Amino acid sequence: MTMRLWFPASIVILWGGLALVSPLLPLNPHAIDLANILTPPGATTWLGYDDLGRSIADRLATGAQTSFIVALAVVFLGVTLGGLLGATSGYLSGWVDHIFVRIVDILLAFPGLLLAIALAAALGPGIENVIVALSLTGWVGYARLARAQVLSLKQADHVVAARAIGTSTWRILTRHLLPLLTAPLIVEASFGIAGAIIAEAGLSFLGLGVQPPEASWGSMIRDGTRYMLVAPHLVIIPGMTLMLVVLAANLLGDWLRDWLDIKDQVGKR
Amino acid sequence: MTAFLMTRLSSTLIGILGVLCLVFLLIHLIPGDPVEVMLGESALQADKEALRHSLGLNLPLHQQWWDYMRSLLRLDLGHSLFSGRPILDLLVERIPATLYLSLVSLTIAITLALPLGLLAATHKHQPWDLGAMGFALLGMSIPNFWLGPILILVGSLWLGWFPVSGQEGWNAVLLPALTLGTAMAAILARMVRSSLLETLGEDFLRTAQAKGLSPTRILLVHALPNSLLPILTLLGLQLGGLLGGAVITETVFAWPGLGLLMIEAIQQRDYPVVQAAVLCISLTYILVNLLTDVVYAWLDPRIQFKRP
Repeated sequence: MTMRLWFPASIVILWGGLALVSPLLPLNPHAIDLANILTPPGATTWLGYDDLGRSIADRLATGAQTSFIVALAVVFLGVTLGGLLGATSGYLSGWVDHIFVRIVDILLAFPGLLLAIALAAALGPGIENVIVALSLTGWVGYARLARAQVLSLKQADHVVAARAIGTSTWRILTRHLLPLLTAPLIVEASFGIAGAIIAEAGLSFLGLGVQPPEASWGSMIRDGTRYMLVAPHLVIIPGMTLMLVVLAANLLGDWLRDWLDIKDQVGKR
Repeated sequence: MTAFLMTRLSSTLIGILGVLCLVFLLIHLIPGDPVEVMLGESALQADKEALRHSLGLNLPLHQQWWDYMRSLLRLDLGHSLFSGRPILDLLVERIPATLYLSLVSLTIAITLALPLGLLAATHKHQPWDLGAMGFALLGMSIPNFWLGPILILVGSLWLGWFPVSGQEGWNAVLLPALTLGTAMAAILARMVRSSLLETLGEDFLRTAQAKGLSPTRILLVHALPNSLLPILTLLGLQLGGLLGGAVITETVFAWPGLGLLMIEAIQQRDYPVVQAAVLCISLTYILVNLLTDVVYAWLDPRIQFKRP
């Protein structure tokens, strides 16, 4: 059972730790070593070199930073904005809620990454625009969750009691409702991290994310596909890393959901 | 049924209107002068003015919106800035490839997901279940833009069974369809499992057991049809996403569908084509979802009365 926690947790910690310390490490993601162009991984070459003779290990580490910044920013903005908007809308109900639901429906009418791709294309490339595009499309999930939770919690005794003694709407929302929403929102956020990592890499793969020479796992895969015949490690290494981190984030979300659920059940008995 | 259809239809119309507005505003999100972005900084002033006029960007916003809506009603999507061809023709040209890829992917997804989900549900918490769900989790975690290249690497370069990209040969569709199909199968198998597990706890299945029906018959004739509804909804969502052109997978395999059209247009800064492609993709998605809901309500009449 502990394996279920420790395997994903150590990968996520490794990823976050690498992202945090990579500015302090003597990394040279842009340094070109002409003698080592397309060198495969080996004892002296670490993870090998890419088509311009840049170290893949160094680029992988800076790519970790890119995905970490984007994932954290997108999930943070999504949870806070989406959670607050969804909770407020669910609590106020009436025409505010009606308009809110319509907006959510419109944003959900775009399949998958389509809206984010279109936004990123219009805003132009760059890590800030990736964050904007993914946040503008990503808050909807948290908002829907928060709204649904508030709708069912609105009639809870402690909320009715708070309303009866004249507590302000803002205070009821922030003190009596939002704390109860944190558990489901955290579970959703851990899946959201996996989604944001894939989305960032996907946009960078399409050339809409981080611009060269900056490193992203997605753009490393894209650049690598051109040399797949001679140097498959250019695609395999960043892809494997990406998959492991996403898998770990998903597993962590699964674990978190079960863990919070059990506690919930124990509390009810 | 009519009342349900009317509410569903009206909310779809509002959704479409919202999508139209968002797509219309897309061109105004471009930072700076959109005409300059499209033509490049070195373009002649006269060319810029000509483009500004032909796109109507010199008019006030509400006038532009009105003109946009009116031209859409006439199915006039304008012309590509890059090739000068009517955008409608470009879209129509790409639809068959996307349709073909979607149908093959969907077939692969269903053939993979149904047996996996069935196995997992009937062997809950046993190795079969863990294996199937492990596959599902893996499938959800592998991004298309990595699975695609890996499949090319294995299938085309090492085994030499498939063409590397494009549409040549009858088997060219298999690699992109496998890429899309396995990702969909992963999510679908989880849904089949959970939906089936829910049905397996129902009273009528205990009755079937008490009657002495064979386990296979109980599973396939009594349990499966009754757990199909949520699976159908998910399939509708997935088909809608596929028909819109799987942007990333089409790019990986240079598959000439709607998704690739959009990416090419983005790279050429051909924003009218980008707008039209986004519109076409999201409208398809909305319509497929509407259709799914209608089928759902037809299969399960209870749903008509549940909606507010």
